[in-house]
Amino acid sequence: MIGKYHLASSSAGGARRRGFARRALVLGAIAVAGAGIVACGSDDDSDSSADTDTTDEAAGADLGTITLGSNYSDEVPRAALAAAVDACGLDVQINTVDHNTYQENFNTYVQQPDDVMAWFAGYRMRAFASRGVVGDISDVWQDLDGMSEGFKSASSGLDGNQYFVPLYYYPWAVHYRTSVFEENGYDIPTTWDEMMALAEQMEADGIVPFAAANDGRWPQMGMFDMLNLRINGYDFHVALMGGLESWEDDRVKAVFEAWEEILPYYQPDVNGRTWQDAATAMGNGDAGMYLLGTFVVDNFDPEAQADLIADIDFFAFPEINPEHGQDAVEAPIDGFMMAASPANEEGAKALLECLGSADAINAYLGVTPSVVGAHADTDTSAYNDMQRKSAELVGNAKYIAQFLDRDTDPDFASTVVGVAIADFLADPSQIDSILATVEAQKQTYEFE
Amino acid sequence: MSVETPSRSVPAEQSPPVLPARRRRFQVLATSDKRWLMLMVGIPTVLHVMLVWIPMLFTVGLSFTKWNNLDPLTDITPVGFENYWVIFTIFDSRLFPALFNNLALMVFLFGCSAVGMLFAYLLDKNIRGTAIYQSIYYFPVVLSLAVVGFIWKSVMFSRESGLLNILWPGGPIDFVGDQTKIFQFTLPFFEFPLGISRNFAALLIAMAWRHIGYVMVLYLAGLKAVDPALREAAAIDGCNEWQSFRSVVFPALRPINVVVAVITVIEALRAYDIIAALNVPRGTEVMGTLVTSSLVGEGAGRVGIGSAYGVVLLVLCLGFIIWYVYNNFREDQR
Repeated sequence: MIGKYHLASSSAGGARRRGFARRALVLGAIAVAGAGIVACGSDDDSDSSADTDTTDEAAGADLGTITLGSNYSDEVPRAALAAAVDACGLDVQINTVDHNTYQENFNTYVQQPDDVMAWFAGYRMRAFASRGVVGDISDVWQDLDGMSEGFKSASSGLDGNQYFVPLYYYPWAVHYRTSVFEENGYDIPTTWDEMMALAEQMEADGIVPFAAANDGRWPQMGMFDMLNLRINGYDFHVALMGGLESWEDDRVKAVFEAWEEILPYYQPDVNGRTWQDAATAMGNGDAGMYLLGTFVVDNFDPEAQADLIADIDFFAFPEINPEHGQDAVEAPIDGFMMAASPANEEGAKALLECLGSADAINAYLGVTPSVVGAHADTDTSAYNDMQRKSAELVGNAKYIAQFLDRDTDPDFASTVVGVAIADFLADPSQIDSILATVEAQKQTYEFE
Repeated sequence: MSVETPSRSVPAEQSPPVLPARRRRFQVLATSDKRWLMLMVGIPTVLHVMLVWIPMLFTVGLSFTKWNNLDPLTDITPVGFENYWVIFTIFDSRLFPALFNNLALMVFLFGCSAVGMLFAYLLDKNIRGTAIYQSIYYFPVVLSLAVVGFIWKSVMFSRESGLLNILWPGGPIDFVGDQTKIFQFTLPFFEFPLGISRNFAALLIAMAWRHIGYVMVLYLAGLKAVDPALREAAAIDGCNEWQSFRSVVFPALRPINVVVAVITVIEALRAYDIIAALNVPRGTEVMGTLVTSSLVGEGAGRVGIGSAYGVVLLVLCLGFIIWYVYNNFREDQR
């Protein structure tokens, strides 16, 4: 089960500096005694496989080399993570694996992992925590300041201990181009009726109202989540994801009925389109709105298309059921776990503590501004409008969902729900039999 | 050895019982020969048993258990036929369409093999520029099917920028996502129709692109080995082109035909990579993708179910292998 939590800004004060002060003391002591170690440490660069970035910092030499398994395989996030790790001043060897491969093979990898490994918060972390294949890092959390209760509960296993250190998050919202909205005099819709009216207006103006993709069968999970959160609320969503509610329930059917209402305003042929193609359609003005994570801007060249990126804005998915308003937001959290028995436990914990610090996330955001730092002291002065709005959106939300494939059994998400959504998009009239199949197949899963 | 060789013929003339003759013939092998033989037979056997038979038996065994591959091995619990019951009744709308896709693929690839043979026959005629044609047809074969998938997905099939969609008159076609069936039929006891979806048909085209070249090369090599005197004799006897091919060349190609048939069946049953490269669009599932989605995905935890899918595939393969081996032995005995 996923505990419900909300983000409250953490209590500031003297305690916040404690971890930092202790680390500074250690680093200082090493810096004094460290000149000789520098010379010794720089010799052992024997391992030079193609996928290995070695950050050799003399200051951390006393903790030995720490290995970090990473799925930050795209160019920009990879550089950003390297910068964040650099900021820690530890001797870290980053082993980068293509992110799809990393996730597909994670079950095998986690049994003989690196000391620290990149992963996701929520159910996806808890599944491993409850099986004891990742390390308890509650003691790291005692020194970790600037993390709100919301992040702490998202990092906790079913036993209440912490197994995860958040680095950043990114919300899902409806993206649009400011200039397109201004030229056509569109207003931001705050209710379902307003959104439907806007969609009709866009269609009349020759713009496809909703850019939509479903290649890989995950992008449309976001639409299911948003509709379910708006119509039935966070508690029902969590219970449904936890296998406690029936998929044949009228409340689930209501979600698909609402979905069927907006389907005519989608780009046609959703199932075969990649999220990048849909983003391009929104970018060149063919489509008006696009529900996706804020990573949508990664589809555009940060230099050649800087104007376009600056033109993209988003709004929270409109209210449908007044009882729930816009109280829930979807914001997947990415971060790190520790191996169950790391080769270098002391070093691993030092690295995790550092990755949970403001310094690390500031270094990360210095390279890519597409996400929002989890740490309360993240330097927000350099935030662009989108980051500021993201932080605001999540900060104002009462409930935070992760994402369908992070909130439930990942296999159930991909092989049952993902398929059901694809079938629904292909032929909405079959929804009753589709949901009956989901419910029958759900019975073969054991939820946490 | 020089002593042994004549001695073999001497007792044969005196027509002794068969048994001693056999024994002596065995001694033809020197001790070192025997050692080499044992090594050459033994090492492949050990490797084969270790890498093929043992994993296969494990898969069969695991298909009767429940285990997520994270818990210790002691947590593997036997569940009898539950996994089979699950995939044949609850996940039947996955299993049977996937089996049907494999079957359709097999029929289709046999058609492609025929086209490949035709190409080889034409190119074997030493027409001008034959080397260029051969290279062009063979080019896709050097690519992995996964790469073929990526190429077709982005260059040919893409709805927004694919070549096929730009050349096609009328509206753009969603080659990758459209799971509408081109034809379908319902069988008794099945709540869902079976048939070929549009995106699977598109995939078949991409697979044909590669398979035809592959088969063509095999037949080209085979045709070079056919004695030209046979064709000359056929021509002198007044055969036309078709008669000469049907009655003289084709029978002479029998060894190649067997190889091609085996390759075609294997390609059809193991199909996975190109579909995985396209993110397994709905409608294009085959047995290979069902097995891997339960076994290797991050979800995993479904080792028993994945193994059960694997065993279904194994039984299919075994059926074909038994038929093939049986036929081969019968041929040899004739």
